[in-house]
Amino acid sequence: MNLAEQLLSGNRLALTRLLTQVENDTPEGRSALTELFPHTGKAHLIGVTGAPGTGKSSLVNQLALHFRVQDERRVAIVAVDPSSPFTGGAVLGDRVRMRDLAGDPGVFIRSMASRGSLGGLAQATAGLVQVFDAAGYDTILIETVGAGQAEVEIARLAHTTLVIEAPGLGDDIQAIKAGILEIADILVVNKADRPGVENTLKALRSALELAHPVRHVFQHHGKIEVVDAPDMPTYNSWIPPIQKTVATEGEGVPELADEIARHAEHLRESGDWAARERSRLGSELDALVQEMLVTRFRDKVSESRYEAVLDQVFQRELAPWEAVKMLTNGWSE
Amino acid sequence: MSERKTNPEPSQRIRVLVAKPGLDGHDRGAKVVARALRDAGMEVIYTGLRQTPEMIAEAALQEDVDVVGMSILSGAHMALAPRVLELLKANGQEGVKVFIGGIIPDEDLPRLKEMGVAGVYGPGASTEDIIREVKAAVTG
Repeated sequence: MNLAEQLLSGNRLALTRLLTQVENDTPEGRSALTELFPHTGKAHLIGVTGAPGTGKSSLVNQLALHFRVQDERRVAIVAVDPSSPFTGGAVLGDRVRMRDLAGDPGVFIRSMASRGSLGGLAQATAGLVQVFDAAGYDTILIETVGAGQAEVEIARLAHTTLVIEAPGLGDDIQAIKAGILEIADILVVNKADRPGVENTLKALRSALELAHPVRHVFQHHGKIEVVDAPDMPTYNSWIPPIQKTVATEGEGVPELADEIARHAEHLRESGDWAARERSRLGSELDALVQEMLVTRFRDKVSESRYEAVLDQVFQRELAPWEAVKMLTNGWSE
Repeated sequence: MSERKTNPEPSQRIRVLVAKPGLDGHDRGAKVVARALRDAGMEVIYTGLRQTPEMIAEAALQEDVDVVGMSILSGAHMALAPRVLELLKANGQEGVKVFIGGIIPDEDLPRLKEMGVAGVYGPGASTEDIIREVKAAVTG
């Protein structure tokens, strides 16, 4: 039996070894993903993102506990932390907050270093998620690097994206900046026992109203006026709820789990589940095509040739786009 | 492209679990070592305080680590080390190298080595030595 077959028969050692192969993008990892692909597409993928210190790991811990106790769902957690851009090393510390889950064979936690990838996930995160999906985990929680404003990749990977905020982290202008709030399917205000929580809630509510305009009916000089909401794609028919939690105490977690279930139901009923699935697979395919092209480029262009062209660019003898043309022998046009 | 020269290939990246079994709260040593291993280009999974041998072995399995490093200051190393080694073996991870740091009397060293502990470091050990020996043990 190869690793993929062992994994399908429930072998945890095979599972963990395969996760490593996929993370390292080895030939074994690639062929296993191919073999496992028909077994994927069943899990509910939940993304958890937000600034550092908002309590993502603690919330993931509580949600996993809730899913286990309430529904006995098998839960996998993929937690991504940053790699050092200088040494490639990393300290992955998300497990510290997840010790309540230790000893439960229905939970599998895997830490990942971002390995130079930006956008909050590692390059292989989607692959790891597929392995867990094939291994029969019903719910997969994906925790991003805690960087804040540009981690939109998670929304492409997950069915349901939670954006975690906490009181005292910024004024309302932070909330209307493009990016992270737009990807939220559910907004969570964690540490809701702290002062300033009302301000955070208010800022998020008004930011949401801007992002999700609704049909307004009002009286103006005695006449009834109607301002229709602009046409929106169907996924905008979901207005993200805001849920208060205190993750360390488990407060608000059952309600949050209910909202997550409600969102999954909404996706299925509206047909958005399939739409998201398709666009998710599309972006995975794009990433693989890009990776393949870059690898081919690196194989074809020697380090010394690259350095020589870079020298010319550095001397201002060659413009960057001209350099690209030279390095690719013109096929980039 | 220059990034490829400085960072090791993914398959050579060493993954280390740093754990602190026992009931005392002194995790400074474990954190210093975790940081030093990070700076040496390793991926360090830090699990925090008060880990049981079962928790350590389970985390080592889930994270598919090459190395387990334990910080033990309580004097319980002669009970904890064999238990962790036994559990790793039961999980099929007999290839994982186990290192111990902390307060370990000299007379216990031979027996720990005999059990299969790859290295023991007391107060004043240099992080360079630890890094070198961890790398050597993994690349074997």
